[in-house]
Amino acid sequence: MNFEFSSDQMLLKDQARKFLEGEESLKKARDVLEGEASFDENLWKSIIEMGFTATTIPEEYDGLGLGYLELCVIAEELGRSLAPTPFSSSVYLATEAILRFGSDDQKRAYLPKLATGEIIGCFAHSESNTSPTEENISCSFDGSKLTGQKIVVSDGDVADFAIVSAKNGGSVGLCIVDLKSEGVEINTETTLDPSRSHASFNLNSSAEALEGTSWESIQELLDRAAVLFAFEQLGGAEACMDMAREYAMGRFAFGRPIASFQAIKHKIADMYIAVELARSNCYYGAWALSTDAPELSTAAATSRVSASQAYNECSKENIQAHGGMGFTWEFDCHLYYRRCRQLAANIGSQAVWKDKLISSLERANQI
Amino acid sequence: MDFNDTTQEAEFRKEVFSWLSANAELKDGSKDSLPAMSEEDALVRAKEWQAKLYEGGWACLHWPQEYGGRGSTPIERVIWGQEVSKFKIPGGFFEIGQGMAGPVLMMYANEEQKKRFLPPMAKGEEIWCQLFSEPGAGSDLAGLKTKSVLEGDTWTINGQKIWTSGAHYSDYGILVTRSDPTVAKHKGLTYFFLDMKSPGVEVRPIKQISGGANFNEVYFTDVKIPDSQRLGEIGDGWKVALTTLMNERLAVGDASGPDFEEAFNLACGHDLNGSSAIKDGSVRDKLADWYCQQSGLKYTKYRNISALSRGETPGPQASITKIVSGNKLQEIANFGMDLMDANGIVRQDDPEYGMYQMGFFGAAGIRIAGGTDEILRNIISEQVLGLPQDMRADKGIPFNEIPTSNK
Ligand SMILES: Cc1cc2nc3c(=O)[nH]c(=O)nc-3n(C[C@H](O)[C@H](O)[C@H](O)COP(=O)(O)OP(=O)(O)OC[C@H]3O[C@@H](n4cnc5c(N)ncnc54)[C@H](O)[C@@H]3O)c2cc1C
Repeated sequence: MNFEFSSDQMLLKDQARKFLEGEESLKKARDVLEGEASFDENLWKSIIEMGFTATTIPEEYDGLGLGYLELCVIAEELGRSLAPTPFSSSVYLATEAILRFGSDDQKRAYLPKLATGEIIGCFAHSESNTSPTEENISCSFDGSKLTGQKIVVSDGDVADFAIVSAKNGGSVGLCIVDLKSEGVEINTETTLDPSRSHASFNLNSSAEALEGTSWESIQELLDRAAVLFAFEQLGGAEACMDMAREYAMGRFAFGRPIASFQAIKHKIADMYIAVELARSNCYYGAWALSTDAPELSTAAATSRVSASQAYNECSKENIQAHGGMGFTWEFDCHLYYRRCRQLAANIGSQAVWKDKLISSLERANQI
Repeated sequence: MDFNDTTQEAEFRKEVFSWLSANAELKDGSKDSLPAMSEEDALVRAKEWQAKLYEGGWACLHWPQEYGGRGSTPIERVIWGQEVSKFKIPGGFFEIGQGMAGPVLMMYANEEQKKRFLPPMAKGEEIWCQLFSEPGAGSDLAGLKTKSVLEGDTWTINGQKIWTSGAHYSDYGILVTRSDPTVAKHKGLTYFFLDMKSPGVEVRPIKQISGGANFNEVYFTDVKIPDSQRLGEIGDGWKVALTTLMNERLAVGDASGPDFEEAFNLACGHDLNGSSAIKDGSVRDKLADWYCQQSGLKYTKYRNISALSRGETPGPQASITKIVSGNKLQEIANFGMDLMDANGIVRQDDPEYGMYQMGFFGAAGIRIAGGTDEILRNIISEQVLGLPQDMRADKGIPFNEIPTSNK
């Protein structure tokens, strides 16, 4: 037993952190938020050069063939630095879908290009104001033709292809649609976190099946992605705690640093508690993901719920600790506040993941 | 990262499990508490169990063998903890000795004393208590007043301690006193251990909110302690006390009482608003929170143990355990009683329900004992996160000039 990342993995994490600092990822997140671009292309190129997009893709498909633990430490740093790129959509979801469910031909067609960043993928699942279920998915796919609508697709307007959930006959499965093909209408959506881009799709186009996929495959995909999203959330949460701490040490009121007021100290101590619990749960998730452990769905939901909570606590209380400064456009507090919300919504709400957690424990209990 | 056992660890786990199976009863679902009994009977039961552990070589796992331990690695301790939690076992009497007094003796006592006191402590033959808090010194422990005066090589102790858990059945105690009231408050303290049967020691029980009386007032009237029972230098008692408190935070595991599993089982077997409570959204929401807290604490502990086995000292991070589990217990206790609807207020003898009522009182004490939630947050913010210390009105002032009330 060993409950830590290896020294090589910690080194990779450190490298990723320094690299993202050097790239001024945080400043670029603000630029994307304030500008017209959907993501930062230069940062994306540098991330690709670093090989991050190729992390878990096997060498036979031009990837690095590393494990998920490596991807977890990278995710944490991307989250800490709010990297404004389509990484999560393309790597945690699209790459993962092809890796898990693609045929040999599909793997050969997509993985090498995903590894080199030549193409970007995304995942289209939501359709309405309620969480997707096997019953309420209305997109339909007959084996070659895909019709229907998808909304809040992260990176939908920058991706080259999408993994789409759709009904085929009575059951829901996954298919791949080329977003440049005829009959695909893409509309950019305005969200609360413009440092990440989102789009809706009107689909009346050809698509190819990810053979053998089912509603369970979608849950498996989401579980795996949840661990990686949780690491991004963890990185963001810790960044907020660090910001609050640093600001409170430097800001004086009543003749002393505000960090010496107990209300502020205890607030930051509570952030620390939330971050530590989330970190420990994320490690559990990382282990389950990297070993395909039978308890993956429990571990994934645990890390997701815990990291969402930590990020929420830290991003809102970070604003509070900054006082009026925290409410200004100029300070970075709101970048984290926004991203926290974006990540919390991205693969399903807290209520959905809490329900998944208890459901997986109910299943485990029946065995 | 690897949460699975190595071959060696798997073998150790098997050995632990088979010993436990032969000597204790496995828990079965939610009815996993041992039957309640009087304190006297519970003490007999706990001593028998501890002696069994000792004979089997399973007491105080990480202590050196010569002092009654097993010399186990940190990971073996984790495995032991995981396996033992599957069984119904008695406890609640030896934690202060084995968790706090033991480590302090190990650091500060002479060899002869260690050989004399540690094995009976491990075996549960002799029980220890912690004589720290006083009426005027709890969170502000260094404000204690119990007086110690040295004459020749004998100390004379006068004063009063309070909230001393288990003093009424303890054989020995660890004690912090003020040997010099004319210097600043952290400087004039001296630390001892003593025989609780010494002449002049008087133990008076205090009735607690639960109705029971596990803690006491302890009065000292001209109690004699040989200088050989001093731990640490004269005037250096604060340092020794801090070692004890550090170990206390490591020793206090999760708050004992119903946890996620019990709440989950209860919800599965109970109706709420006409259907199974486990189907209720608000129940699932709370259960998920408690599961995440429990799991977060579990793996935080493992991360600390990993740090230990790499040779790092686990820091005050351990402080989060008590804050999180004490508050979780308080919530779960209320949840359990709520599920029983109006009947939740009626005293329940069946432990399956009674444990929530016990937890309702117990949690309130856990959040205070061994450092209140507020003091632990101070410790996290100051010692882990490096934030400034609280402003202190008593800094640098000789102890006997520090204000102690509004008058
Ligand atoms: C069940 C139980 C068992 C115990 N067993 C033992 C034992 O075996 N041996 C022993 O020596 N002691 C024992 N204690 C005593 C325990 O350590 C003290 O009660 C505790 O440290 C608090 O001290 P106090 O009671 O004097 O409360 P106070 O220190 O007066 O605290 C009152 C309130 O003020 C708050 N407060 C105090 N200082 C600060 C500060 N600086 N910042 C913010 N808030 C503050 C506290 O958090 C608390 O909410 C036990 C207590 C309990 C409840």
